[in-house]
Amino acid sequence: MKKFTHFDGVVAPLDRANVDTDLIIPKQFLKSIKRTGFGVNLFDELRYLDEGQPGQDCSNRPLNPDFVLNQPRYKGAEVLLARRNFGCGSSREHAPWALEDFGFRVVIAPSFADIFYNNAFKNGILLITLSEEDVDQLFAGVEASEGYRLEIDLENQRVITPDGKALAFEVDAFRKHCLLNGLDDIGITLQDEDAIRAFEQKHKQARPWLFRQPA
Amino acid sequence: MSGQTLYDKLWNQHLVKQRDDGTALIYIDRQLLHEVTSPQAFEGLRLAKRKPWRLDANLATPDHNVPTTLKERAEGNIGIKDPVSLIQVQTLDDNCVEYGIEEFKINDPRQGIVHVVGPEQGATLPGMTVVCGDSHTATHGAFGALAHGIGTSEVEHVLATQCLLAQKMKNMQVRVEGKLGLGVTAKDVVLAIIGEIGTAGGTGYAIEFAGSAIASLSMEGRMTVCNMAIEAGARVGLIAVDDTTIEYLAKRPFAPTAEQWEAAVADWRALVSDHDAAFDKVVTLKAEEIEPQVSWGTSPDMVTGISGQVPDPKAARDETVQRSHTRALEYMGLQANQKITDIKLDKVFIGSCTNSRIEDLREAAKVARGNKVADSIKLAMVVPGSGLVKRQAEAEGLDKIFIEAGFEWREPGCSMCLAMNADKLGAGEHCASTSNRNFEGRQGYGGRTHLVSPAMAAAAAIAGHFVDVRSLPANDATHAQEA
Ligand code: SF4
Repeated sequence: MKKFTHFDGVVAPLDRANVDTDLIIPKQFLKSIKRTGFGVNLFDELRYLDEGQPGQDCSNRPLNPDFVLNQPRYKGAEVLLARRNFGCGSSREHAPWALEDFGFRVVIAPSFADIFYNNAFKNGILLITLSEEDVDQLFAGVEASEGYRLEIDLENQRVITPDGKALAFEVDAFRKHCLLNGLDDIGITLQDEDAIRAFEQKHKQARPWLFRQPA
Repeated sequence: MSGQTLYDKLWNQHLVKQRDDGTALIYIDRQLLHEVTSPQAFEGLRLAKRKPWRLDANLATPDHNVPTTLKERAEGNIGIKDPVSLIQVQTLDDNCVEYGIEEFKINDPRQGIVHVVGPEQGATLPGMTVVCGDSHTATHGAFGALAHGIGTSEVEHVLATQCLLAQKMKNMQVRVEGKLGLGVTAKDVVLAIIGEIGTAGGTGYAIEFAGSAIASLSMEGRMTVCNMAIEAGARVGLIAVDDTTIEYLAKRPFAPTAEQWEAAVADWRALVSDHDAAFDKVVTLKAEEIEPQVSWGTSPDMVTGISGQVPDPKAARDETVQRSHTRALEYMGLQANQKITDIKLDKVFIGSCTNSRIEDLREAAKVARGNKVADSIKLAMVVPGSGLVKRQAEAEGLDKIFIEAGFEWREPGCSMCLAMNADKLGAGEHCASTSNRNFEGRQGYGGRTHLVSPAMAAAAAIAGHFVDVRSLPANDATHAQEA
């Protein structure tokens, strides 16, 4: 996982509540056995006017001119601004893989679905939960000025707007630590190998049927 | 001090280590694997030169991509026409062979949708922690098991460490009290719950479903309810253990036997919330008020009773909701205030991990028996949840009832629930579906999904539009529950 550093990036607004993972990356693209290459199909059904197929060259597909990510002013966006319950629906990790591959490093919304929340952090994407009012104001700001950027200061847990206003956010200490240091959490868990083995022994003694092989 | 909830007990029984930062390691007893969310996890293991921690905790079966026509299935993997799907199923087979993980392959009679297979085999037991790279893993909570849907990185984490990194959730109890009306099923109950609390109402919570109406459900009905906890935003759905749970599990292949069975049953009896347990939130519904449900929009909480109508977005409580209702009606091709019974259908799908078990098929068959699918319906299909469900249905003659009525009788898999295989909706087509998600494009590009119970789907197939199963002649679905 890449280290997450202090940065400043263009913001793209996706003004829609309950964006589900089917919308983020439609199912036909889940057939891949790789983790990369999903960026061209991010929001496929909103972004293109035709139905996408896996493995297809997307450069000649008809774009939906109304979709935000197709508008030149949001080119190179690294921060996605969204509405409540972002990432609901299926557990597909292809959703954060697609966001990451497209170039997004941060998503800001009033709330996120639980499984998506976990999946995003495990792929180095920072999810920032702000109040509905703050999010409304950011939408208004993005709307009002072309090239609107936000500064993201994870260390101090602040989003800084172009006019210098700092919006504080919460993030749990472990996730923050992993993001800042680019740590793989399997490696961290395996530092507790002895504790896991000891637990397993005890658990097996107490409830041997959980370890039983089928007849 | 107040007592513990069922969730608290399961959590405590599996807690390996609580970290200072609020995260915890919990031990995982069972991991179910399928072809879509596992390839990158195995690849990750391989790249890091790690080995699975405990092979016998894992059980695999392909389900999402498998074709459901007999002709294609007869050829095994080679019958999968889509080369990309074939690679994915083949990759699961290869990974299971390479690591020595038990797999029910494409034509094993035990193959099926993971969430049907686990319980059917007794591979899901009360008091277990169960994970799967699939959000509908909440299904297994019907057994008093702590079941989480997880992402692919977590699948890899569990393979490598037998633990999941988790944070304790809050406790919510959803009580459904009273007696369900005839023709009202578990599916209607859970859709009504989602309609009540919304698709984010359960976010951050483990939901325990309780109350007399829940206790009266069979295990299959309970699985239908827990299955859709995620549609209410909750990763975890739970139901306390009782006699129904224990009877269902006796003699299942992976269930304990002899004196271990006795010890296990004694242990499982404690898997209920203490009477003085404290919940962070309690929601109560009256069973008598629940009618057969139909979803009209593009989110599972956009749902109403069969006697209702499509809402008018102008009446929505806030602007965000108003906009999403307007967009939903546009996508669905419906008018504000249109009667639900006036919605015409093009296709009907009976299947998915929500409603593809034997009781679901029996209920649908009761409605289909002696009737014919309407001429206006282009395709009505029944897809059993597993090879064993299919066998059982055939032994009872249900396949003949469906075929005579004009339904297609298919091979087990996820099928048109998410349309990763060849079974899908065309743009603009309306489908009465017993699955769990009505998102845009879920059942095919531009497809319009209406979520309903199996009896309601069968009735809609026959009428060509939605009808109230409670209004059907006496030999049909309304008597299904009395039988
Ligand atoms: S039946 Fe549908 S919801 Fe269930 S596991 Fe398969 S694709 Fe997912």
